[in-house]
Amino acid sequence: MANDLVVDLSRAQFAITALYHFLFVPLTLGMTVLIAVMETIYVATGREVYKKITQFWTKILLINFALGVATGLTMEFQFGTNWSFYSSFVGDTFGAPLAIEGLMAFFLESTFIGLMVFGWDRMSKAQHLVVTYFVALGSNFSALWILVANSFMQHPQGATFNPVTMRMELSSFGDLFFNADAQAKFVHTVLAGYVTAAVFVCAVSAWYMLKGRHLEFARRSFRVASVFGLLGAAGVLTLGDALGYIGAHVQPTKLVAMEALWETEEAPMAFNLIAFPNQAEQRNDFAIKIPAVASILLTHSLTGVMPGAIELETQARQRIVNGLPAVQALERLSADPGDAEALATFEKHGPDLGYGFLAQRYAPDGDVTKLSENDIDRAARDTIPEVWMIFWAFRIMVGCGLLMLAYMVLATMLSLNRTVEQQRWFLRGAVAMIVVPYLSVEAGWVVAEVGRQPWTVYEVLPTWLSASTHSVTYMVFSIAGFVLLYTIFAIIEVFLMLYFIRKGPDEQIHGAARPAGAY
Amino acid sequence: MEQLLALEAYAIFKVIWWILLGVLLTGIGVMVGMDMGVGTILRYVGRTDAERRVAINVIGPHWDGNQVWFILGGGAIFAAWPLVYATAFSGFYIVMLVLLWSMIVRPLGFEYRSKMPSARWRDAWDATLFVSGFVPMLVFGAAMGNILQGVPFHFDWRLVSYYTGSFIELFNPFAILCGLMSVSLAIYMGGARLAAGAGEPVESRARTAGIAGGIGAIVLFGIGGIWADSLPGYQLVAGPAPHLAQTPLHQRVEVVPGGMLSNFEAHGILWLLPALVFASIILGVIALLLRRPLFAWWLGVPAWGGVIATVGAAVFPFMMPSTTNPSHSLSIWNSGSSPTTLGWMLGFTLVFMPLIVWYTSWAFWIMRGKVEPENVAASEHAL
Repeated sequence: MANDLVVDLSRAQFAITALYHFLFVPLTLGMTVLIAVMETIYVATGREVYKKITQFWTKILLINFALGVATGLTMEFQFGTNWSFYSSFVGDTFGAPLAIEGLMAFFLESTFIGLMVFGWDRMSKAQHLVVTYFVALGSNFSALWILVANSFMQHPQGATFNPVTMRMELSSFGDLFFNADAQAKFVHTVLAGYVTAAVFVCAVSAWYMLKGRHLEFARRSFRVASVFGLLGAAGVLTLGDALGYIGAHVQPTKLVAMEALWETEEAPMAFNLIAFPNQAEQRNDFAIKIPAVASILLTHSLTGVMPGAIELETQARQRIVNGLPAVQALERLSADPGDAEALATFEKHGPDLGYGFLAQRYAPDGDVTKLSENDIDRAARDTIPEVWMIFWAFRIMVGCGLLMLAYMVLATMLSLNRTVEQQRWFLRGAVAMIVVPYLSVEAGWVVAEVGRQPWTVYEVLPTWLSASTHSVTYMVFSIAGFVLLYTIFAIIEVFLMLYFIRKGPDEQIHGAARPAGAY
Repeated sequence: MEQLLALEAYAIFKVIWWILLGVLLTGIGVMVGMDMGVGTILRYVGRTDAERRVAINVIGPHWDGNQVWFILGGGAIFAAWPLVYATAFSGFYIVMLVLLWSMIVRPLGFEYRSKMPSARWRDAWDATLFVSGFVPMLVFGAAMGNILQGVPFHFDWRLVSYYTGSFIELFNPFAILCGLMSVSLAIYMGGARLAAGAGEPVESRARTAGIAGGIGAIVLFGIGGIWADSLPGYQLVAGPAPHLAQTPLHQRVEVVPGGMLSNFEAHGILWLLPALVFASIILGVIALLLRRPLFAWWLGVPAWGGVIATVGAAVFPFMMPSTTNPSHSLSIWNSGSSPTTLGWMLGFTLVFMPLIVWYTSWAFWIMRGKVEPENVAASEHAL
């Protein structure tokens, strides 16, 4: 089995590559839709300025899209390369939405984006608009299936463990797809992408207005994007609340970390606005509390209570004790699937197999009979993820979300009453706002995925067992390679973005005769 | 009969997915391989920047969609053959990284190359387009070569896999031969594509490259066949029936010295598969000589299909034999997903694959016609 350092390095590599990939995904998600909206206005009104707007933002989208595709390749292969036991253990269930994503979404998006760029003079306006919509649809479908897969990790339903093949197998496709977590998370995530695109377009447009360049272009881009962003921001927060509500019930350990709840409090629970969590002593060194708000947010009532970390740890300990015989029975079934006695034991203890695996980490030679009480305590303690990181990431995400909502309200108002160009302080702020959605989505990833620890599949498969059995040398080599390549990519991307933004939309792009293409 | 069918249904599902895997790998060879072949010969067919841009713009509208075959290949192996996905991708770790790193610079090469006028900038991206064409196809073929020979891995009782070889041994001579065969076939396809889609002088050079690639592919395939005859094969001695749910821990497998082609010796009809490869490529080279590049391109489809099918038939019923513990070899019977997953995935494939073929064809039709240097030059100011 993989040693602890290899597991940590595998986690670090996944986090680096996923966070990096997620710098490009939200903009693509939102920008494809925003461009479709702008092109719709062009086709409906026939005004050339909207064609220019569509083509300019398409060009910016493509620079971003190339890196999204490139870094997405890494994600598709990394489950197999670095999380091989995870892949064979849940691939039967988790692999399906990934493959469907390719079939239903990625082919659509990638085939039509070529036509979107190269096809301007080879299709009617209406045909081209349909092509643009297919690209937007493809990128959004893509997010849907990826988040269905992710929600299986957060809230595994639709699969059962098969003791003969020793893996989780799909039992209900409907349960896998209609996972409440997936539905809320899909809408929450794509809307976050729409807001990202809106803030991005507003920032660039505001910069043109500050410079007094391309005013007609900038004004209209700003107006469409701000309305789009306002609707998006309102939706993100609504769905974020729904997600918090669902998550509170399906992943209580993530919740206690988000809220730094150690003791189980009485109703109505107070909300920790600010806290300095102390994981070792299981308390907050300092906290500013708002009475009753936690009950309202988490249970949508004044009388609701949620268990604190200490109570959850006690429950986890019982499940570990119950899960250890399942591990032993499974070892016997592995050699002989016909062992009736082992099967009977397994049926009794099977639901806690994941907890058994969790404690096996501390078992000498993997023999769970050699586990001491102390080892079991340690394993139970592991079930509470890193509180300070999740607590603060959550506050950064929500804080940025509220800031963007306020900003979009103001942007829409100023833009609709046509005074935005006079408010230079606002335009400068709009340029600076460009970092906020990125901070927010990255923090959101941390809440969702670090909050899932110590599991790769919640309560089913622990992270330590999921990683491939590589050497430390291999892991250092691969992380170094990714960091080097991705740093070069980032420099090139930022350079090209700034170059084309400075150059502005005036030059005709992708027009004229075939192939007048992007290359 | 009905009962028998119900009993055998799972085995049938596995075989269907084994064939679909072959279709996917053929799709990768044909669609991705063509674009990678273009990347490999880019500096040969294009002596000037304008000529190189002609070549790039021939595949420009389609490379992105084509690349999804590769991504779908990864996803489908994950969903239908999770144990193969897990064991192969982690076992081939450094090689997979080389494949991945060479592949991820490709989208940037296409997208960013012509965005700046500087010659150094463009030369640098041409180098990435060469690397991202040549290296992935080399690895693709070398992976086939290693699967034919077997890979040093074993499982513990939980089915955690352990790879015990070094990464250098994945580049053994036979694997490199297979890799070069795959590169040659990619050059053949890329040459045919450019000969059909580019104007002169790129067209003539592409034809020459395509002919050279085709001849190279036939020669290497022939040498590989003769070589393979002396290499060891694997035989399933005992194990659960094909329709039963099982793991690689339940079977017994033996190594047969010189047995790699024993399936062909036992079932003579299988020789039609390599024969298809030879026939398709020979005809394809003739078609190129007769200036029928589109026809030559289409002949590349049975050529790739024949290559993949030859490999599949040689290792059958295995998908990835183990050299260090042959009994842990992955086979069609012990590494597939559950019937539920295979069934759902088959349903999705039957609905979406025809749609994909349909709209991909439409996209090629919309962009039909030759790319001439003057078209690209005329749009120079725009980029």
